[in-house]
Amino acid sequence: MSATPSSARPAHPRVGLFVTCLVDLMRPSVGFAAVKLLEDAGCVVDAPVQTCCGQPAYNSGDRGTTRDLAMRLIEAFQGYDYVVAPSGSCAGMIKAHYPELFEEDPNWRAKADALAGKTYELISFLVDVLGVTKVGAAFDGAVTYHDSCSGLRELGVKRQPRKLLASVEGLTLVEMKDSDVCCGFGGTFAVKYSDISGAIVEAKAKNIEETQAPTVLAGDLGCLMNMAGKLSRDGRSIQVRHVAEVLAGMTDEPPIGAAKAKAIK
Amino acid sequence: MTVHSTSPQFKQNAARALNDHQLQKALGNVKQGFIDKRQMAADKLPEFEALRDAARDIKNHTLEHLDLYLESYEEKVKASGGHVHFARDAAEAREIILGICRETNAKTVTKGKSMISEEIGINHHLEANGITPVETDLGEYIIQLRNELPSHIIAPAVHLNATQVEEDFRRVHTHLDAKRDLSEPVQLLTEARAVLRERFLAADVGVTGANFLVAETGTSIIVTNEGNGDLTQILPKTHIVLASIEKLVPTLEDVSQLLRVLARSATGQEMSVYTTFSTGPRRSTDADGPENYHVVLIDNGRSSMLGTAFEEMLRCIRCGACMNHCPVYHAVGGHAYGWVYPGPMGAVLTPSLIGVDKAGHLPNASTFCGRCESVCPVRIPLPKLMRHWREREFERHLTPATVRSGLQLWGFFAKRPGLYRFATRAAMGALSFAGRQRGRFTWLPMAKGWTKYRDFPAPQGETFQQRWKRERSGRAA
Ligand code: SF4
Repeated sequence: MSATPSSARPAHPRVGLFVTCLVDLMRPSVGFAAVKLLEDAGCVVDAPVQTCCGQPAYNSGDRGTTRDLAMRLIEAFQGYDYVVAPSGSCAGMIKAHYPELFEEDPNWRAKADALAGKTYELISFLVDVLGVTKVGAAFDGAVTYHDSCSGLRELGVKRQPRKLLASVEGLTLVEMKDSDVCCGFGGTFAVKYSDISGAIVEAKAKNIEETQAPTVLAGDLGCLMNMAGKLSRDGRSIQVRHVAEVLAGMTDEPPIGAAKAKAIK
Repeated sequence: MTVHSTSPQFKQNAARALNDHQLQKALGNVKQGFIDKRQMAADKLPEFEALRDAARDIKNHTLEHLDLYLESYEEKVKASGGHVHFARDAAEAREIILGICRETNAKTVTKGKSMISEEIGINHHLEANGITPVETDLGEYIIQLRNELPSHIIAPAVHLNATQVEEDFRRVHTHLDAKRDLSEPVQLLTEARAVLRERFLAADVGVTGANFLVAETGTSIIVTNEGNGDLTQILPKTHIVLASIEKLVPTLEDVSQLLRVLARSATGQEMSVYTTFSTGPRRSTDADGPENYHVVLIDNGRSSMLGTAFEEMLRCIRCGACMNHCPVYHAVGGHAYGWVYPGPMGAVLTPSLIGVDKAGHLPNASTFCGRCESVCPVRIPLPKLMRHWREREFERHLTPATVRSGLQLWGFFAKRPGLYRFATRAAMGALSFAGRQRGRFTWLPMAKGWTKYRDFPAPQGETFQQRWKRERSGRAA
């Protein structure tokens, strides 16, 4: 399925925001940044009651639970023109893997295909579907950007965030070495194979540090928590944020893993 | 099963590898060299992506008609004066090879690099029967001296440095001057060449693997960079080709397509230095070649993969690109995988060959970053196949109990949105309150694996859905 051609696209598309469970639980500000970006681009945004896309179960081999969760999500997001998630990993789950889940069930397969066809990762949706070329935000200083794996390899998210970051006033992007190499998160992998995950994120942290940029951005909260946790464990003061926060100009919340700023007046 | 496997101890193997400084240094070299070279080779060839599609299609077509192509291949080999033996498993293959060696009263067997020979553990079997196998590929020669398995399918000794090789040479080549200078890699190479030259001349049987077997001509093809394979198959009286059944390819034209992606994916070369074709024994008009030509076609678990989800794995042309691009392989190296085949291709193939009960860790020890699939020249969906293994483990209750019960609990809440919102609201509120001072946790009871190496960021407090309801309910359409 392809995107609705821009000529057929409604002027104010109704977007169902799938915030993803990590954003819902850990960092709702990313969800609100997504809402702002989408509304600024003319969308009418709604966030129906939701839980999880099922990826943890899927990657643990539990197809039954995955299917149950997928059916719920498919139904919850049925009525929108588009479904958008601030995560390449969760959008990739819906786009690339939901249809696979219902190979033997034509009825649900059709529904899964329909959902997959209208689901997008946030930044690529803004750029590729809505044609956004710049944002009105400002951010002072250098940032480096990590390409999260699913977004990059399942959905082709690479150029889009860089394009929009280039339009942020005061921001310079310093590329890190191996920005397209995994950070070692991998969902439950980080806990089940923590030694290996620890080694992989150590290499990532080193590449981040070498850029000397004070801020690292990415489009997936799982990776961001992994990198933030490693950087803070090693005593690095590098700030970690979701790219949507910067693009929306919503950086008043403390960075990921940082203490709430004390009110000094 | 054939070669002893330490795959069940994958975690311990990995932990040891991570603490091995010498190994970590050696692995650093894998990371860049192979990757950059492959990328350059791919960039230089505009049709590279189309060639990958063609390579996939050729292998798929062959697998669909494997019986026919095996038959045709066998006929052609026989017509050219060679012998074809079918081995169902490793034990049968070892007996066939031993039988051929005994017929010729062989004392010494030279060997070209062959992963299937590692898989069936032929060296130990020959030794146990009084025959001396000599590996002639430099990397294989070195690991044979060390009694190790290869740690990489195209660079078997990539886990070692020159000092270690020097020590091995001094330990084994005791007939040479103890004071000789071996400080330069080229001196090691020269010494290995000199030692091996004598072995080549003395060999009674030469054993090689095969990168491809051509059904239309009965030809076996090896690609090498050292030329050792040629000497192995030409000098002795008897040449034995070992190949697993999925090496079949219909035509020479197909081979030429596959060769174009093989070397580029493996080492970034346009072609390997030597691409050697052999068809039957020496003819009267040939200047050289073996008198006897045998092919041992080995199944050892392949045919039971046909017609299953894992059939796609049989497209593998053993280029090594998947491991060269794998962050897990980069972290722990090949030996941690505990059997013959490491990296992503090993994580899929090993459970098929030795059982998922033994090799269950391998398909789980992946972040699913997808880099392997993005470089595989025959487009094997490696992460998808690893996930299939996880599904089988889950179905067969091989998934660790802690993971299972954690998943069940999480699934219980995730399927009940109302309860989920209530429970998560309470949990995140508490977690945020507990972490408010520092914004992170250095230890959490449920996530010890996580907090061993990194902090756990504290949640902001209110959940998105809570705040959305409060701020927006009724506002949005
Ligand atoms: S799985 Fe693909 S990339 Fe890996 S060795 Fe086989 S052909 Fe090469």
